[in-house]
Amino acid sequence: MAAHLSYGRVNLNVLREAVRRELREFLDKCAGSKAIVWDEYLTGPFGLIAQYSLLKEHEVEKMFTLKGSRLPAADVKNIIFFVRPRLELMDIIAENVLSEDRRSPARDFHILFVPRRSLLCEQRLKDQGVLGSFIHREEYSLDLIPFDGDLLSMESESAFKECYLENDQTSLYHAAKGLMTLQALYGTIPQIFGKGECARQVANVMIRMKREFPGSQNSIFPVFDTLLLLDRNVDLLTPLATQLTYEGLIDEIYGIQNSYVKLPPEKFASKKQGESGKELPMEAKKLQLNSAEELYAEIRDKNFNAVGSVLSKKAKIISAAFEERHNAKTVGEIKQFVSQLPHMQAARGSLANHTSIAELIKDVTTSEDFFDKLTVEQEFMSGIDTDKVNNYIEDCIAQKHPLIKILRLVCLQSVCNSGLKQKVLDYYKREILQTYGYEHMLTLNNLEQAGLLRPQAGGRNNYPTIRKTLRLWMDDVNEQNPNDISYVYSGYAPLSVRLAQLLARPGWRSIEEVLKMLPGPHFEERQQLPAGLQKRRQQGENRVTLVFFLGGVTYAEIAALRFLSQMEDGGTEYVIATTKLMNGTSWIESLMEKPF
Amino acid sequence: MDCYTADWNPLGEAAFYRKFELYSMDWDLKEPLRDCLVAAAPYGGPIALLRNPWKKEKSPSIRPLLQIYSSSGVALASLLWKSGPVVLLGWSAEEELLCVQEDGSVLVYGLHGDFRRHFSMGNEVLQNRVLDARVFHTEFGSGIAILTGAHRFTLTANVGDLKLRRMPEVPGLQALPSCWTVLFQDRVTLVLLAIGPDLYLLDNTACSGVVPPGLAPGVSDFLQMAVSFNYRYLALFTDTGHIWMGLASLKEKLYEFNCNIRAPPKQMAWCSRPKSKQKAIVVAWERRLLVAGDAPESIQYKQLTIEVLLDRLVLRRLYPLAIQICEYLRLPEVQGISRILAHWACYKVQQKDVSDEDVARAINQKLGDTPGVSYSDIAARAYGCGRTELAIKLLEYEPRSGEQVPLLLKMKRSKLALSKAIESGDTDLVFTVVLHLKNELNRGDFFMTLRNQPVALSLYRQFCKHQELETLKDLYNQDDNHQELGNFHIRASYAAEERIEGRVAALQTAVDEYYKAKNEFAAKATEEQMRLLRLQRRLEDELGGHFLDLSLHDTVTSLLLSGNNKRAEQLARDFRIPDKRFWWLKLTALADREDWEELEKFSKSKKSPIGYLPFVEVCMKRRNKFEAKKFAARVSPEQKVKAFLLIGDVTQAADVAIERRNEAELSLVLSHCTGASDGATADKIQRARALAQRK
Repeated sequence: MAAHLSYGRVNLNVLREAVRRELREFLDKCAGSKAIVWDEYLTGPFGLIAQYSLLKEHEVEKMFTLKGSRLPAADVKNIIFFVRPRLELMDIIAENVLSEDRRSPARDFHILFVPRRSLLCEQRLKDQGVLGSFIHREEYSLDLIPFDGDLLSMESESAFKECYLENDQTSLYHAAKGLMTLQALYGTIPQIFGKGECARQVANVMIRMKREFPGSQNSIFPVFDTLLLLDRNVDLLTPLATQLTYEGLIDEIYGIQNSYVKLPPEKFASKKQGESGKELPMEAKKLQLNSAEELYAEIRDKNFNAVGSVLSKKAKIISAAFEERHNAKTVGEIKQFVSQLPHMQAARGSLANHTSIAELIKDVTTSEDFFDKLTVEQEFMSGIDTDKVNNYIEDCIAQKHPLIKILRLVCLQSVCNSGLKQKVLDYYKREILQTYGYEHMLTLNNLEQAGLLRPQAGGRNNYPTIRKTLRLWMDDVNEQNPNDISYVYSGYAPLSVRLAQLLARPGWRSIEEVLKMLPGPHFEERQQLPAGLQKRRQQGENRVTLVFFLGGVTYAEIAALRFLSQMEDGGTEYVIATTKLMNGTSWIESLMEKPF
Repeated sequence: MDCYTADWNPLGEAAFYRKFELYSMDWDLKEPLRDCLVAAAPYGGPIALLRNPWKKEKSPSIRPLLQIYSSSGVALASLLWKSGPVVLLGWSAEEELLCVQEDGSVLVYGLHGDFRRHFSMGNEVLQNRVLDARVFHTEFGSGIAILTGAHRFTLTANVGDLKLRRMPEVPGLQALPSCWTVLFQDRVTLVLLAIGPDLYLLDNTACSGVVPPGLAPGVSDFLQMAVSFNYRYLALFTDTGHIWMGLASLKEKLYEFNCNIRAPPKQMAWCSRPKSKQKAIVVAWERRLLVAGDAPESIQYKQLTIEVLLDRLVLRRLYPLAIQICEYLRLPEVQGISRILAHWACYKVQQKDVSDEDVARAINQKLGDTPGVSYSDIAARAYGCGRTELAIKLLEYEPRSGEQVPLLLKMKRSKLALSKAIESGDTDLVFTVVLHLKNELNRGDFFMTLRNQPVALSLYRQFCKHQELETLKDLYNQDDNHQELGNFHIRASYAAEERIEGRVAALQTAVDEYYKAKNEFAAKATEEQMRLLRLQRRLEDELGGHFLDLSLHDTVTSLLLSGNNKRAEQLARDFRIPDKRFWWLKLTALADREDWEELEKFSKSKKSPIGYLPFVEVCMKRRNKFEAKKFAARVSPEQKVKAFLLIGDVTQAADVAIERRNEAELSLVLSHCTGASDGATADKIQRARALAQRK
């Protein structure tokens, strides 16, 4: 069911199995039939860990969404609340419990906090007079959820906002906990590198946690050689740019949620015969996207411009394979052909889906506006005219294009200029407030506080130095057969991934000056291993580095790291962890504040 | 060979016994032992002895002496009893000595005669005095059952977790029952008592008569009863001289034996028969001993596990021996050595003559980072002994903040608790301390404390944002954070205020704060919003319709759409909307209204700051090719090709591109030559290209 998790260099199925076991154990603690009341936000991430069938095996008979007033009727022995530790949710739970019908047979209540039990929440339940009603109050440490063979996410959408706007480091504590769980399963990671304040905090907490359990000396042979902790605010630029990989564009245009995407159904109309021509209102087409699908694994990380040729090549191979049936003469040959049929049909279905998706995306990428926007982005990233009001942005505001699009562009310009001149900044801000409404003042303040849209400090623009030293702009990009990570943005090499690349070779010492220009400290820590667990590397064996993006990561960055993993002479393979899989739009959205 | 059997005496016909002194007790008894209160702990535990208990004839000035001996007779403690008369001594499973006084209070002592605590068995007991008492052991722990002067039973199943239960009345009980005992069945504690020929079973709710199955007739009194250690078996001694043995549930008889002795025995107890290890009963009279039994069950000596053994050594402060045993048995550190060291440390903190520093250092030196040692437990013990400073020093060695913090809070070291919580990175812990501080300190001190701890302050701010908005304002005020105060009032202008005057007033406060924060932009923008709000209200009054909370842009658009062009332009001027945006805005609104006449007039009002391509675009968006054509001609040369292509005029587009000799434009036009009639145009372009190349 989750075989694709075990395809990578590190078998992430081990983690999935561990969290599934923990879930089963909890469910069995509440003996008898059960109903689960869900904090709605958790259902997506949980879907990646356990399907309904698992819950059913453990006597879960009903599922409800957590909401106020009385719980729906259900003839079960146990009611279990699956919730994040949030005060507002505690109030709803209390309301549920208090309005329970006293005449019907008593049901046992339990709470499962995800990912952490909280004293604060329990105090709240106590204040509401319902704490005693719960038989089991436990935590389910679902910190890092395996998304793919090389990808883990905490799916905490507010992590960036909490860390950089509210100075609330809860998600960093959870990240550290998640890393401790990983180390318990995959061995102590001997080397830790980091850049940024949050990275420093996570490393500190990890080292502290290790000290808290001195006896639990890990005897597992380390799978990871290095952990690289990166603050999102070290690289604010990358997520603002439009991702140009296949997966990145699907996410930019349709939004991928917990590995699923919903697409307009027209292009997927079933071509079954015999159905009447009546047009039924169709639901959005929902597809799961991960490397379990062979074709998707091959094209997801390619620049979109290189996807078409792969798809047409695949089409030829598949139709050739189907043609083979004419050559199958003997019974043995026919049998052979038939045995391959299911696989071929799956491949054909997959190809049809992705051809449709590619057509949908092409409609967008070939539009004039997409081209104009991309041109402006690329100008900014290559350092052209970043210090004055941009005509295109001005026109977009005048035509009231979606606000998030405007904010992404203005922030991109600000970041590529190490902040805007006060006059330019004020002009943009005024235009935005007048056009989209004064209430966005709070959003603009947030963006400024996060460092995304701010005045230039001291009149110095460091970006050109950073761009040149880290080779962030590559004029000779090859989208079809890339030789550099810059292919994921058709020219721009994501800063975050460049830092990972340079850390592996030749090391950060070569870029000390630039590192100092980027926010937050950079550091290195070592965790001692017992003599027996120290690795003796085989000739040609790759190192494994876990890159943890604190504050979110984009699919294009993931693609770039995968590209580095696959480089012939790369020497390092990467596993990626993050607080949230995101793109510029969802990121900006998380920072917006709507007062009404 | 003789010497081996020389000291064995025959016991009945099949068995022999011998008597020898294992240990000599280190006591010097002047009075007969029968006049003392004696209690021996199970599993060869210590023996307690209360000498000179209260005898009426003795002078009250002589205080009784409480002595404790090890089972091998070594004196462990001796102290004068200064408290009230004692009815019963007994040992708990944890080897604590329970001294049940006549007034129902129970004094608890340690193995070394150290006073631990005391508790009362309740008011009823206090009033009616204790007539008789028993100490008993179950899986819940050690309990005490009391029969009061009012002939009522009160019991607690666990002295460590005192829950008093007053048992129901026994009808007709006017004197001490001839015998009674505590039973334990299905996790419930019961009392079995005998009144004359009747047996009664007391549970939580009722008193019921019971009859032992198969009991020989003629019984008019039960003289003695005994229950086995595991509560499975019961033995009854009747005045007919019979011993009845059966299940304690009284559901089955195992064996009955007539011993032909009718005198009441002094004692009766379950044991195992020599050799066979079978269950048996021992009955003792003044000068006679009897062993009887047939129940096939072995005594569970295994109940004394290695953990219990270690505990016992630790209680006797034989730490080195305990550690040697652990090493010998190769017990895991957490189960073995760590636990013993922790006990040692708990003992160490009670040595009041050693300074805090020395104790803390000594403990850390010996314990170091031994896994499984909880410094916070040791610290809690130190705090229990009133050594708060020592407790704090010990907590410094505790690596787990989750353990440090609650104890620090308990010791009222909240500020230290706060910094420890912050160090841990566990925000939930920080929150807990913050809310604790909030209740403990006055508001000023609370705010001051937060001010010195930015992490805690930010977390508390978030809390207030959702729970206590007014406090949030106070926090910003304290920090003179005018920027955030400005933001605060903006939020208030939307959330808290309904009336327009209230909203404007909230915004005015925001303006003041922004000026104080030297955020001129925000102040000006807010002033502008105040003006806009007032104006929108006026528009609603004068024109009807909905204007409030529209953006300036949408307000102007709205006016244009409803034909109020003059007012729209006035507004644009008043709020200094840039010319370019105003042209886009008006153009879009007029196209939306399909007011083509006005659109054309507008295009001619002055030279368009955004060119004429947008005019073509908006017309085409409304599929009005006729109007679009009018503007295409006026589009600047650079955009002309695009304009002609928009209106679908490939021929003109080609002409312009050829004239401009622009390769990019030529290919663009060529890519649009898809219609059947475009062949000629395509040829024309190809010719122009060829010509250009030749040059």
